Amino acid sequence: MNLAVEKLSGGYRNKAVLEQIDFSFNTGEVICLLGPNGCGKTTLFKTILRLLRPTEGAVRLGGEDIAHWPERRLARTFGYVPQAHTPPFAFLVRDVVLMARAAHLKSFAAPGGSDERIADEALESLGVLHLAERRYTEISGGERQMVLIARALAQQAPWLILDEPAASLDLTNQMKVLQTVRSLAARGFGVLMTTHDPTHAFLCASRVVLMNGGRILSCDTPARALTEERLSSAFATPLQVLSSPQQPDVKFVVPRLG
Amino acid sequence: MASVVSEAPVVASYVRPWRAHTVLFLIMIAVGVGSLMLGSYHLSLHDMFQAALHPNPENEASIVLWQVRLPRLLAASLVGGGLALAGAAYQGLFNNPMVSPDILGASAGSGFGAALGILLGWHIVRIECAAFVMGLIAVGLAWMLGALLGRRGDPVLMLVLVGILVASVFAALISFTKYMADPYDRLQAITFWLMGSFASINFKDVKLSAVPILLGAVPLLLLRWRLNVLCMGEEEARALGVNTRVLRFIVILAATLISSATVSICGMVGWIGLVVPHLARMIVGPNYRAMIPAAALIGVSFLLLVDDVARTIGTLEMPIGILTALIGAPFFLFLLVRQSRSAA
Repeated sequence: MNLAVEKLSGGYRNKAVLEQIDFSFNTGEVICLLGPNGCGKTTLFKTILRLLRPTEGAVRLGGEDIAHWPERRLARTFGYVPQAHTPPFAFLVRDVVLMARAAHLKSFAAPGGSDERIADEALESLGVLHLAERRYTEISGGERQMVLIARALAQQAPWLILDEPAASLDLTNQMKVLQTVRSLAARGFGVLMTTHDPTHAFLCASRVVLMNGGRILSCDTPARALTEERLSSAFATPLQVLSSPQQPDVKFVVPRLG
Repeated sequence: MASVVSEAPVVASYVRPWRAHTVLFLIMIAVGVGSLMLGSYHLSLHDMFQAALHPNPENEASIVLWQVRLPRLLAASLVGGGLALAGAAYQGLFNNPMVSPDILGASAGSGFGAALGILLGWHIVRIECAAFVMGLIAVGLAWMLGALLGRRGDPVLMLVLVGILVASVFAALISFTKYMADPYDRLQAITFWLMGSFASINFKDVKLSAVPILLGAVPLLLLRWRLNVLCMGEEEARALGVNTRVLRFIVILAATLISSATVSICGMVGWIGLVVPHLARMIVGPNYRAMIPAAALIGVSFLLLVDDVARTIGTLEMPIGILTALIGAPFFLFLLVRQSRSAA
């Protein structure tokens, strides 16, 4: 299946953020939206999720414009992983994951045994089933991120959209999340994630959409899109792209200070 | 894949819903029976069953049971359960455990309706209707202003802000009617109404208020699992497939029917909608599927107990609004202390 973002422009009432964003990708791919803070990454995927209305352009899924889809259908199409936050109430982890079933249940219905199986399978596939009976507010940030990914899986949607999944995590958990993202693409999901760390793009993206000022600077494989020149201009900082001697296809980015 | 291990200790889980609901239900029945027996005219269990099975307008015990205690019990149950439900739903809707059912101005509006009716010397039924309708008008105003101003941006935050605004305008209008009222007659009546009481309740009041309270309670009970999703915030709930606009409208309408009806029947009774959901959450956890029935059961028992205190504490009956605040506030403090301890 193919998800196409076509000449999309949009933003907030007083502020147009996106200008003519145009790219498309298929299930099985990991697309990284990369750019500095305020470049329009979040605005772009909120517009794709239709939390914001575009002023121009369209998002098409297999050729069909999603502009008038009901919430329910959107939620069965896109699994959404927000940045981990703490809700004001101490829900059990399983109950948080079960919220994913809202799009599959009738208005007055509550999740039943089959929904619980789906939730537990999602938790298990990410290796966090042991958290099911814990309180969501009391687990660590890395665990919370895995639980939110499990919830997106329980939505049983072919596309996953992750907002800065590795931000604010330590190195161990960052790598765990990136590993998960890669294995999800291998399982056939289409993954769109935002990040402001170019190394993350090198580690797990099949293609990168490099953004700045609401526009796309380049959209290609990490090796071709993320040149020193383009990265330095996107982040407005002199940057060096170095290769790891052990893993030549993984590159990392270091700033040149002063 | 390797599992992620956290350092936090495993905390005891919540009480299983069916077990909690059974115990809370039995407590509610016990409190109800106790409330029927208790009072200046003592009814023994035996007398009570006799009077219940053989209503007799000549018999003293029968009159006390059927004309005084039973309507009062039903009214207090409807109000206690209803306010607990409305408060529980609002705390999820507004994503904030400090919210009570009067946040959008329902009680201030209803209070003004009642005060105005008393000032104009209306008949009691018209006063009750005025209170109910004015509560709906106040919340309707808040809803429309919120929808107008919150079209882009955070609709929930805007709703809270205009709600506070509307509530304070209606509070000022209440003060105005008090200022205009004759201090020896109407002012007293207004003040007593606003402090809340079940003293002059009869079956007609119960029937009149049961309709809107049950009309509000049923959708909240039916939609209760979906309220969980609202707790994750507006955008996340939408991304999870919930039509937040429709759900929000239904919840606000339901809660407003309940709050306005409670003010129209017994005046302003605060604190229940704030405190009881916390207690329910502490026992069964925040999952609305279990929490909403628990809150309703606790709300009924809580208000029955408070009303028992109100009518037995002295020779004169204590206004119920004063007692719910005097009991509710320290109780809430106790819950906060417990919560902060378990979080540490």
